[in-house]
Amino acid sequence: MASTIRVRATSSGETTEVQALIQHPMDSGFVKDAKGEVIPPHFIQELTFEHDGKRVFVADWGAAVSKDPYVKFSFKGGKKGDDLKISWVDNKGATDTATAKIQ
Amino acid sequence: MRSVIHFASAALALAALAFTAVPFAVAADKPDPVADAKAFRNFFAQKFPKVKLEDFVNGPYSMNEDMHRQWEEKEQFPPYEFSLDMGKEMFSKPFKNGKSYADCFPNKGIGIRQNYPYFDDKEGKVVTLELALNRCREANGEPAFSYVKDEMAALTAYMAFTSRGKPFDIKIPDDPRALEAYQNGKRYFYTRRGQFNFSCATCHVQTPGERIRAEVLAPALGILNAMPIYRSEWSGMGTISRRFTTCNSQIRGVPLNPQDDEYRDLEYYLSYVSNGLPISGPGARP
Repeated sequence: MASTIRVRATSSGETTEVQALIQHPMDSGFVKDAKGEVIPPHFIQELTFEHDGKRVFVADWGAAVSKDPYVKFSFKGGKKGDDLKISWVDNKGATDTATAKIQ
Repeated sequence: MRSVIHFASAALALAALAFTAVPFAVAADKPDPVADAKAFRNFFAQKFPKVKLEDFVNGPYSMNEDMHRQWEEKEQFPPYEFSLDMGKEMFSKPFKNGKSYADCFPNKGIGIRQNYPYFDDKEGKVVTLELALNRCREANGEPAFSYVKDEMAALTAYMAFTSRGKPFDIKIPDDPRALEAYQNGKRYFYTRRGQFNFSCATCHVQTPGERIRAEVLAPALGILNAMPIYRSEWSGMGTISRRFTTCNSQIRGVPLNPQDDEYRDLEYYLSYVSNGLPISGPGARP
């Protein structure tokens, strides 16, 4: 299974701009399927970006975030070639991690 | 004054008809795809003089500057990427009998999207890429996929991706059945249906670039070049079959089944009139 995380991080010297796309159903728990049965809630609860052992971006997400969410932010610091570690945990305890090189 | 002009031109037309009655009538009855495609393209070129011909494949994003900027940003990180990866993986994975999709297609299925749909002279019907993919599966003892999304969208996304930039090259062979299929597709495109009494052309020829509620309508020219698409509205991928059936239900008509003859003919017509425009699929749409 391919990774559920796509990241692109580019450093401009002072700041690093990060874009990420995560594959996840993000079911809210309020939607019914074709048979009329409720699709149980299934969403990412915490999304973390770590650079150099420091958390640079943490998101506490809930059911209101859309399917296959996209995030864009920038932080101070980060050089070309540095590692950026991304991980998420969902409400069922599932998790995925990826590491990207800053470009 | 106007009525005088009308009368005069009518008289002129009548006179022309009288002189050339027989050949004129024959010419009008015989479908002329080449002239159709030229007229179709000219219509859009005149309606949108600022839009470059190859840009029409970007649908609503070619119609509106704000949306174009959004799209450029979106394309840096396209939402169809997951589906594309899935399609690539599926395409290379052999079936249980050891064969694969590559064995069903010319050039091993790479860079051939622009040649579909084609007219199959043995069957006497139009064969679309989606249909060919499912036939390939069935011939190799695998169950057919749903035509509208998921696996089918992933496979066609990968096949379109390998064909990006290649101009649509749909051929109408010298066969009365092929010409009839083309003509049926054209008729389907311009026929009004559903409770709203819309034809395909109402939205996609008459009013592209205008809004239907919050959406900007895409021009019919090049509309299939970007298929399959990730639609944010669907939060997922959709194939040409999905587009046709949902268009029909949105005008409150009863959609046909995916890959019914009418839809195959419609795809044949719409692809043919976009000949020369580059494949840009998979696409992303709002």
